Amino acid sequence: MLSKNLTAKNSTTKNAVVSFVVGFIFAIGLGVSGMTQPAKVIGFLDLFGNWDPSLIFVMAGAIAVHFILFKLATKRESPMFSTQWDIPNKKEITPALIVGSMMFGAGWGLGGFCPGPAITSLASFESRPFIFVLSMIAGMFLFRFVDKFLKLRK
Amino acid sequence: MYQDWINAGIGGIIIGIAVSLMLFMNGRVTGISGIINGALSPVKDDMLWRVLFIVGLFTGGITLKIIKPEVFLNELPTETLTTVVAGLLVGFGTIMGSGCTSGHGVCGISRLSMRSILATITFIIAGMVVVYAF
Repeated sequence: MLSKNLTAKNSTTKNAVVSFVVGFIFAIGLGVSGMTQPAKVIGFLDLFGNWDPSLIFVMAGAIAVHFILFKLATKRESPMFSTQWDIPNKKEITPALIVGSMMFGAGWGLGGFCPGPAITSLASFESRPFIFVLSMIAGMFLFRFVDKFLKLRK
Repeated sequence: MYQDWINAGIGGIIIGIAVSLMLFMNGRVTGISGIINGALSPVKDDMLWRVLFIVGLFTGGITLKIIKPEVFLNELPTETLTTVVAGLLVGFGTIMGSGCTSGHGVCGISRLSMRSILATITFIIAGMVVVYAF
């Protein structure tokens, strides 16, 4: 029992260290790619205006790498520092999925930030990323409150 | 112009490596909205990795700020109210829709999840409509 607890604790620490490193690398990727510049994001979404398609290559590059490595990884019995895979397996196409994604897309187009680049941009110490992140957190709490009554995600 | 495309591709590859590390080591999907949302409702033993991921993003941001500050160039004159509305929509919408650009757009599409493919198409089209309309 004691050794089991110790092992669990040990892997919690490893998971946390991995998480930090992944966050760090992810942020560098966002910065290099142009995703931390709201004007570029808006340019990518401006299909009917002055369209800047460059950000397509961010998704293309990330998916190309992860598509292959996902297949390789999941051939293993379990991840390196955990006893089981924790991968979403929901299949159902729900109204919440579509309406939620519409709202997210609308906010993305208005502000030019999605969650990862917004957190990364806090490091610019400018006011807009801070205002955005605080509002985003408020939006997450707002959803929880509304969902208590509507049960949109059940 | 083409330099932008190359940078975008290199950045994408770096992101692909990051999310693959998370999968190989921790067996998890790197869905940033979900990681943040989970960190906002503390559950014992499910907190540390979330907080450290966010700290990792911020530390990466600080590193960029030091060595390549131009990546934070924000030429948009977005008004404060617009930024607030945008943030509220992104927070509410990503939790309602179970994911954002990272969780659906990168991780979900890579494992050919139909939910993620539909979500990604939906949020890109919604973003294009909003940019066109405003």
